[in-house]
Amino acid sequence: MLLKVAMYAVLLVAAALTAFPLLWMVSVSLMPSGAAHAVPPPLWPEAPTLVHYGELFTRLNMGRYLFNSTLIAVAVTLLSLLLNSMAGYAFAKLRFPGRDRLFRTLLAAMVVPVQVAMLPLFLLMKYLGLVNTYAGVIIPGMASIFGIFLIRQYALSVPGSLIEAARIDGAGEFRIYWSVVLPLLRPVLVTLALFTFMGAWNDFMWPLIVLTDHDMYTLPVALATFSREHVQDTERMMAGAVLTVLPVLVVFLALQRYYLQGIMVGGMKG
Amino acid sequence: MRQATGDGTVRAALLFLAPALAVIGVFFFLPVAAAFVLSFTDFDIYALADAGNARFVGLRNYVALVRHPLFWKALGNTLYFVFAGGPLTVAVSLGAALLVSSRLVRFKALFRTVFFAPVVTTLVAVALVWRYLYDTRYGLFNGLLGFFGLDPIDWLGDPDWAMPAIILLAVWKNFGYNMIIFMAGLAAIPETLYEAARIDGAGPWRQFRHVTLPMLAPTFLFVGVVTMIGYFQLFAEPYVMTQGGPLQSTVSVVYLMYEEGFKWWNMGYAAAVAFVLFVIILAGTVLQLRLQKAGMEGTG
Repeated sequence: MLLKVAMYAVLLVAAALTAFPLLWMVSVSLMPSGAAHAVPPPLWPEAPTLVHYGELFTRLNMGRYLFNSTLIAVAVTLLSLLLNSMAGYAFAKLRFPGRDRLFRTLLAAMVVPVQVAMLPLFLLMKYLGLVNTYAGVIIPGMASIFGIFLIRQYALSVPGSLIEAARIDGAGEFRIYWSVVLPLLRPVLVTLALFTFMGAWNDFMWPLIVLTDHDMYTLPVALATFSREHVQDTERMMAGAVLTVLPVLVVFLALQRYYLQGIMVGGMKG
Repeated sequence: MRQATGDGTVRAALLFLAPALAVIGVFFFLPVAAAFVLSFTDFDIYALADAGNARFVGLRNYVALVRHPLFWKALGNTLYFVFAGGPLTVAVSLGAALLVSSRLVRFKALFRTVFFAPVVTTLVAVALVWRYLYDTRYGLFNGLLGFFGLDPIDWLGDPDWAMPAIILLAVWKNFGYNMIIFMAGLAAIPETLYEAARIDGAGPWRQFRHVTLPMLAPTFLFVGVVTMIGYFQLFAEPYVMTQGGPLQSTVSVVYLMYEEGFKWWNMGYAAAVAFVLFVIILAGTVLQLRLQKAGMEGTG
């Protein structure tokens, strides 16, 4: 009994501490300018206001960054779903010479940090004329080793007899993938879509490098830039942080079952 | 008939693989290989205008790097972050997983969601939030210290405190991810092992020591490798919170690579920095795999 009380006490304190920075962010975003600069620091807005949210759009071009982030994240998600599911299905269910060796090579390459590729990737994008374009951010994200791995692990459980039966019925290979396999992969497609969307939305370093004009910035890049210029505008910066975090947090809360399953697949097999 | 199907699937497999492998090949494997070549050139802002201005300089970048005090500073800072922040994150993750997984605890889903929420948040945004929490005058950390009668700390302005402050943020942001993996690992331990231990008279601590920990060994390996690889790539936190300061106490290897490569356009030198990072991460991963194997053979 005592143990139980102690455990709940620790859990509640830990949960409060974990949630605190996010709750504080929302609270400060609702304070009037300058209100957060007080001693002792206030926890709660005395006179809540949405003025900073409005100003982000009217003065700081927030609508544009929101649009950029959304466009990039949605495009990366849709394209990577298609490309990774095709490749993952092939690795799981189609026999071809060298398949397992190729797959192992891809997995081994996951140890290479992405930053190693970034310098030449920038030069490649410059050569292709894709610096400071949406395509410059979207194209490198269209396929990922992790995505292929995730799909493959799930697709292994698709019964070969279904695929065989479709073949005997005379269905073409693409038709089989599209009409037989993809519907069976739906849960893992949701998982992959979540991972990809959040990854693209939260991504910072590559967009920071390849997007050079303010008009092209994604939310994290814009936020990092503001924070260097408007250090004192605590309340407005917090409103910007809320707008950046809120979409991913809402998507996660709505679909967290699928997200957590994806981590397990990675964790079990990795 | 069978032969025909076989050929058909080989062709289909190649067509299904081609788009994804083309993207990964052209936009990942090719640049990684090119980075290796780049690290042996003096590629700089003049070469950016005309690649003909770049020359091979052999190992000069690597020699320069070894002689560059800031590189050693960045490496030291990064190792500090990895070896203090990594184990701390894993320990907090395991603690959270044990508590949330306990049979005594209800509302598991709620606790799990709260602990996991920071993982999905945008790093740049929460780094900004923490920067204000660390504010010397108006930040809540010092407010809390003041409440207990302690002197304020200049968290992000003191070279001794800036990295610990970043580590604290990283633990908060990341422990939920490992917690989920530990929870899966805990759920996979057969209950009969605990029953056998209890029959042998083992208390909770000895059950943890002799059943839980050994059974979690593969989970520890995975969590250790993933956390280490991720932490070696420290970048956004110093970029947003400290800009590498104070006194370069939070310049990380990737931060150095970014500044050299994309601020000063010393791309040959930056590629050498990137490759050293790669080799260190590779060595760290192999080392953990080896240690794990040795440990398994020792106990098994």
